Amino acid sequence: MAVLQRIMALVAKEFLLILKDKRSRFVIIGPPLIQFFVFGYAATYDLKDVRYAIHDQSRSSLSRQFLAKVQGNGIFRLTEELLSQEQIAETIDREDARLIIHVGADFEERLQRGEAATIQVLADGRNPNVALIALGYLGTIVQSFNEDLVRQGLAPPGGPGLQLIDRAWFNDNLQSRWFIVSALGGIISMVVVMILTSLSVAREREFGTFDQLLVAPFTPGEILIGKSLPGIVFGLMDALIFAAGAVLWFHVPFRGTLAALVVALLLFIVTMVGVGLLVSSLSTTMQQGLLGSFIFIMPAVTLSGLATPVENMPHWLQQADLVNPVRYIIVALRTIFLQGADLPAVWPHIWPLLLIASVTLTLAAWLFRARSV
Amino acid sequence: MTNGLFFMRMRGILRKEFLQILRDPSSIALAVVMPLVLLVIFGYGVNLDAEHVPVALLAEEQSSFSADLVSRFELSETFAVHRVHSMTEAEQLLESRRVDGIIRLQDNFTEKLQTAGSAPVQLIVNGVDANRARLIQSYVAAVLGQWSAMRRAAGDPAAHAPVSLVSRVWFNEEVESRNFMVPGLITLIMTLIGILLTALVIAREWERGTMEAMLVTPLRRIDILLGKIIPYYLLGMLGMAMSVAVAVTVFDVPYRGSITALFLLSSLFMLASLGFGLLLSAAIRVQFVAAQVSIVAGFLPAFFLSGLIFDLESTPRFIQVVSHIVPARYFITISHTLFMAGDVWSVLLPNGLVLALMAVFFLSMAYRKMSKRLEG
Repeated sequence: MAVLQRIMALVAKEFLLILKDKRSRFVIIGPPLIQFFVFGYAATYDLKDVRYAIHDQSRSSLSRQFLAKVQGNGIFRLTEELLSQEQIAETIDREDARLIIHVGADFEERLQRGEAATIQVLADGRNPNVALIALGYLGTIVQSFNEDLVRQGLAPPGGPGLQLIDRAWFNDNLQSRWFIVSALGGIISMVVVMILTSLSVAREREFGTFDQLLVAPFTPGEILIGKSLPGIVFGLMDALIFAAGAVLWFHVPFRGTLAALVVALLLFIVTMVGVGLLVSSLSTTMQQGLLGSFIFIMPAVTLSGLATPVENMPHWLQQADLVNPVRYIIVALRTIFLQGADLPAVWPHIWPLLLIASVTLTLAAWLFRARSV
Repeated sequence: MTNGLFFMRMRGILRKEFLQILRDPSSIALAVVMPLVLLVIFGYGVNLDAEHVPVALLAEEQSSFSADLVSRFELSETFAVHRVHSMTEAEQLLESRRVDGIIRLQDNFTEKLQTAGSAPVQLIVNGVDANRARLIQSYVAAVLGQWSAMRRAAGDPAAHAPVSLVSRVWFNEEVESRNFMVPGLITLIMTLIGILLTALVIAREWERGTMEAMLVTPLRRIDILLGKIIPYYLLGMLGMAMSVAVAVTVFDVPYRGSITALFLLSSLFMLASLGFGLLLSAAIRVQFVAAQVSIVAGFLPAFFLSGLIFDLESTPRFIQVVSHIVPARYFITISHTLFMAGDVWSVLLPNGLVLALMAVFFLSMAYRKMSKRLEG
């Protein structure tokens, strides 16, 4: 009974500390919300508005027909019509256009003679992902143009050709935003939790109030519980708000169950609180707490699969990544939102979190005791 | 006489700042250890290219045509083929994410080729990662295109495609996403050092009361500010130089610009970031809050809104507008050009100018916010 009373007293103090300062209150929910919406819109791999220039030496009806197809595609935006070869280098260098489409002077004649013709494309490789995808789109446009030529009788029906019929599961329109936004909430709430938890103990140490805590009738275990609760509460609250935001604002489908979502998030937040407490037990100043959190957050987010696939990493890095808690919540969130997983289905993805949480919390508790005397 | 005093004051405060940095190893860890860790992770871990993509291949027919196509996929470096014998098996693999796509040649493949003139090849991708799905689609299309080209070369007159696309990629011919990511990472590292370290530095002095002690010294505001800028500038440039060296030697990222341009432009970016961090610290005065604001307003925008990973031009208009106030955005453009293209002044100059203006703005605002009065 007394134990519970003591813990409640500590928890009340922690919450008061955060909620009394107006700026502190704002920082818990305001910036995370802003970030969620801004980054939700910024995070996209879908191409839009790709600026291109053309150098049409043929100026024939066929070349214009092809170029109209490119313009009509919707993701390309014509910025310039170049008049000479020299302008090509300059245009790409200056980033005035990311692609240059060059049609040779004999384009129409060759086609009318029944010979093969080529269209040259020059792409700016400084953003390779954009270049590859844009070239892919152009490839499909060329294929469709070829089919048009056959229909117009300007080319023999292409012989044994292969026709690619493709379909995408779970995300028919290949909206990359769904991929990112479903996981974004987990990332932002993680940052909030880690910073909050790691800074709270470090702040007490720096101000000397930690020593006062130690002479109070609290055991190190109770201090640990008291310090972790605000982080867990605010973290879970933020994460659930972001999940709602993803569905209601960004129209990301939610095909799984609420139970799976809450359990996965809870496990993850508790793990992150454990890591935050670990960092804070090793820090004596707030700067160390902040930097320590960062040294964890940066690799964890980068290797989590948020923006780039874990499958692309070298084998040794994938093995090391097995201890990265963020990786598991990202997979769990995506499976729940987009693939419709319920608790049993998502469990194989999240049980490692239980393991990591128990290790970090035990370590943090031990270090607390060790560094408290 | 005044000059001599100035140097005396600078010597004093610089010595204090350097001692403080040396005595707290976390600053050095951030400037030296963190960049190395990040470089390793980004260099090896972050890769948007699709290689050895696991796909399930279902060839319902055994014929020379289908065998030819199947071997093309198996021999290609882009794909890691798992042969399956039924659609159910393939779908299970896709569901459990053991493969990212299913390629299916139906049992009337040869028949359709010879009678209808075209045979369908079915591709099902896991759309959860849309970007990867698109890349897989274009790679499969490329393999099919190669198959058609081979048949044309073998003299099959019917496999004639009237128009074909010849493409060339400039500046990054190998189309390596690493050449794109690593220069961007260097921007991120400099932002981290510039904003994160300095965001706490002035607030800490206020909280500990040492700022009051400094107020009674003959130090003027400009001396205190310079005393904060110079050591962290040096630390940041050290981190930058080290990162560039590692990028070029260990990761074979090409560097085609000049060292002068790199030094000049990165200094401008460093000063702009430092200015922003110091402004936060001077205005907020509470470490706890300054830390959170620096992450929210400094670091996360540099990650998401600068063009580091997500292409800015494909984002909605208001995002593009907001990105104009993020210093990292300009340096990302500069570093991509410096590394992959060289000294293209038509790109470097306008971006560098904006960075210079931002540096002046943030530093002068920080100066104004630093008051020599207790109430601030």
